[in-house]
Amino acid sequence: MATEILMPALSPTMEEGKLTRWLVKEGDEIAAGDIIAEIETDKATMEIEAIEDGLLAKVLVSEGAEGVKVNTPIAIVLEEGEELDSKAGSVPVAAPTVPEPIVAPVEAPVKAAIMAPAIVAANKGSKISSDTSMVEITVREALRDAMVEEMRRDEDVFVMGEEVAEYQGAYKVTQGLLAEFGEKRVIDTPITEHGFAGIAVGAAFAGLKPVVEFMTWNFAMQAIDHIINSAAKTLYMSGGQMSSSIVFRGPNGAASRVGAQHSQDYSSWYAQVPGLKVVAPYTAADAKGLLKAAIRDPNPIIFLEHEMVYGQSFEIPDVDDLIVPIGKAAIVREGSDVTLVSFSRGMQLANEAAVTLAEQGISAEVIDLRTLRPLDMDTVLASVRKTNRIVTVEEAWPVASIGSEICSRVVSEAFDYLDAPPTKVNCKDVPMPYAANLEKLALPSVDDVVSAVKSVCYSDKA
Amino acid sequence: MMEFTPERELDAYREMLKIRRFEEKAGQLYGMGFIGGFCHLYIGQEAVVVGMQMAIDEGDQTITTYRDHGHMLAAGMDPKGVMAELAGRRGGYSKGKGGSMHMFSLEKNFYGGHGIVGASAPLGSGLAFANKYRGNDRVCLTYFGDGAANQGQVYESFNMAKLWDLPVIYVIENNKYGMGTSIERSSATTDFSQRGASFDIPGEQVDGMDVRAVKDAGDRAVKRAREGGGPFILEMLTYRYRGHSMSDPAKYRTREEVQKMREHSDPIEQVKKRIVADGIASDDELKAIDKEMKAIAAGAAEFAQADAEPDAAELYTDILR
Repeated sequence: MATEILMPALSPTMEEGKLTRWLVKEGDEIAAGDIIAEIETDKATMEIEAIEDGLLAKVLVSEGAEGVKVNTPIAIVLEEGEELDSKAGSVPVAAPTVPEPIVAPVEAPVKAAIMAPAIVAANKGSKISSDTSMVEITVREALRDAMVEEMRRDEDVFVMGEEVAEYQGAYKVTQGLLAEFGEKRVIDTPITEHGFAGIAVGAAFAGLKPVVEFMTWNFAMQAIDHIINSAAKTLYMSGGQMSSSIVFRGPNGAASRVGAQHSQDYSSWYAQVPGLKVVAPYTAADAKGLLKAAIRDPNPIIFLEHEMVYGQSFEIPDVDDLIVPIGKAAIVREGSDVTLVSFSRGMQLANEAAVTLAEQGISAEVIDLRTLRPLDMDTVLASVRKTNRIVTVEEAWPVASIGSEICSRVVSEAFDYLDAPPTKVNCKDVPMPYAANLEKLALPSVDDVVSAVKSVCYSDKA
Repeated sequence: MMEFTPERELDAYREMLKIRRFEEKAGQLYGMGFIGGFCHLYIGQEAVVVGMQMAIDEGDQTITTYRDHGHMLAAGMDPKGVMAELAGRRGGYSKGKGGSMHMFSLEKNFYGGHGIVGASAPLGSGLAFANKYRGNDRVCLTYFGDGAANQGQVYESFNMAKLWDLPVIYVIENNKYGMGTSIERSSATTDFSQRGASFDIPGEQVDGMDVRAVKDAGDRAVKRAREGGGPFILEMLTYRYRGHSMSDPAKYRTREEVQKMREHSDPIEQVKKRIVADGIASDDELKAIDKEMKAIAAGAAEFAQADAEPDAAELYTDILR
């Protein structure tokens, strides 16, 4: 029976890739285990092996094709004596020659690039003028560029973590750093978070400026003692003598189908700690500008990235030294009926919900917090005084979350302006399940946001 | 073992006695309720920090955990500032906001004073990392106790220190008890000098009650690290006379055990005996030194008692730079 070879997924979050090279051609006999093609994603280049013996009857996706979706048939293999039937031969898969627009994985995409200019224009305190030209880059590239620029600027800045050097980053965020800066400043560590976080804090005590990459924040629970007891508290405990200018960064929150131990959002854990600043950007411009600001900051910074956003492209201002100030939220969409407050990947839900709501006649103002400690409550409160309603959106658990804090502060500080109870949209209060349907149920969705807004607007009759 | 010169014998006597008298005074003030919280006294272990201090140069760093008063005095920090900090006064090294376990002096290259058991191991390795990064020839003395020596982060640090050849000397102060649990009851192997074996980090056991032995071993380890030889472990066999902290009833060991150490191994008495036997100083001269050290401790106590508590406004300072 003819078998289709499908474009494989190389990682939990891979949606598409480039078919770099065919190593076999039509008419070749192939055996199970033979390497038949190479594919490439923005994270890695991998080889495809044949799963069974047979004859490579037809190549369906030609060499060099980009944006090939996972599970697309790329070739047909026949068993001995079989012939290619007309049905299989006509599988209508043309190699897309133009890459598809980058889309957000898993959930239906918001065209991120469309949102970006508005965000930049709304940046309070940013010095970007409206006639600055824009370039499109991914969040992954933005983060790397921020580190590169700061490492060029300051010899004391170095990067350490698991797989940051030779492997080029587990998520390819540190790509190219080793080649430019060498192994003295781009340091592969053993898989020992507690130890290397402590070493980095010690180096920071001595005046160096470490950028510590955690492969994901889940693993930083092993290091949390040094993050909090050694980094966050030392300035206070030393009466102002000693601090650590250090950035702890990496992907936070749920990736995709990696289960409970690899899918936790730590935003409120760290945002609770005096002595830390906590940053959680969404767009590429904010990722770059805030990471540069974080590296220059004399304090310990928790920099929460999101794996599902790494590959998204945004337009960012084409300027020499893009700095986004820590502690300033951005109004990314103006509105009058309700305030939607979110950060990191939650912004994708908020933005998309705002579009849907607009179609239904509800005008949502969308605020990207960008920094979680200190919280820019001035921006949130000013918006609530205008809209009289607030819905917070985040991927973290609901108990004692960032949304809980914001709702509490809004009740305390803008009670008289409220026309409805402040409302939170969160992940469900469960460990992240593995099964695709349960994971989807656990995570907040655009529908959750839309219905929460309708509820506070008392327009949820439908 | 290298004998000390007469000057060095007197210096050792003076420095160890300064720590002992200071700690006795701190114990008194604790009893009076003037010092709060936890207070871990260093009495009995003085030869370790005094000997190691003699082995390092200006600019070398020191870091330890929470039994830290001796390390601070040995590093040259002002007893007044240390005592005021113990008392939570504004003239303390941390403006009264750190306390006994959390004190620092960048001026004296003393990096704390850390309240978490074992935390000094990676932090000190990080200070050594900075030395290597900057290409200077500084070394970092990284102290922790026998209790901490069973912690995972210690071995994570050993691994990276050897991997990267960091100029760090791990000084394990083995005073036989991690709080109330003896090393035999807590540790599968009790020769802590060999705990670096899996990482190819050499180590040696040192008579931590003999200041000459400490300095001798310290000299060799420091020279080795300074010349790029990488990490080294010095296990100091020592003993604390007092409890783990002031609230320790010390039921886990006999009075006789403590008494035996005091009578036969006391680090200060050992030096004193040599000074007298070698005619380096007379009894009267030694008494005068003792009086001077008592006066320093009393002066520190008076300073702390006269000093004000921190201003209420300090509550919100030094959180961020």
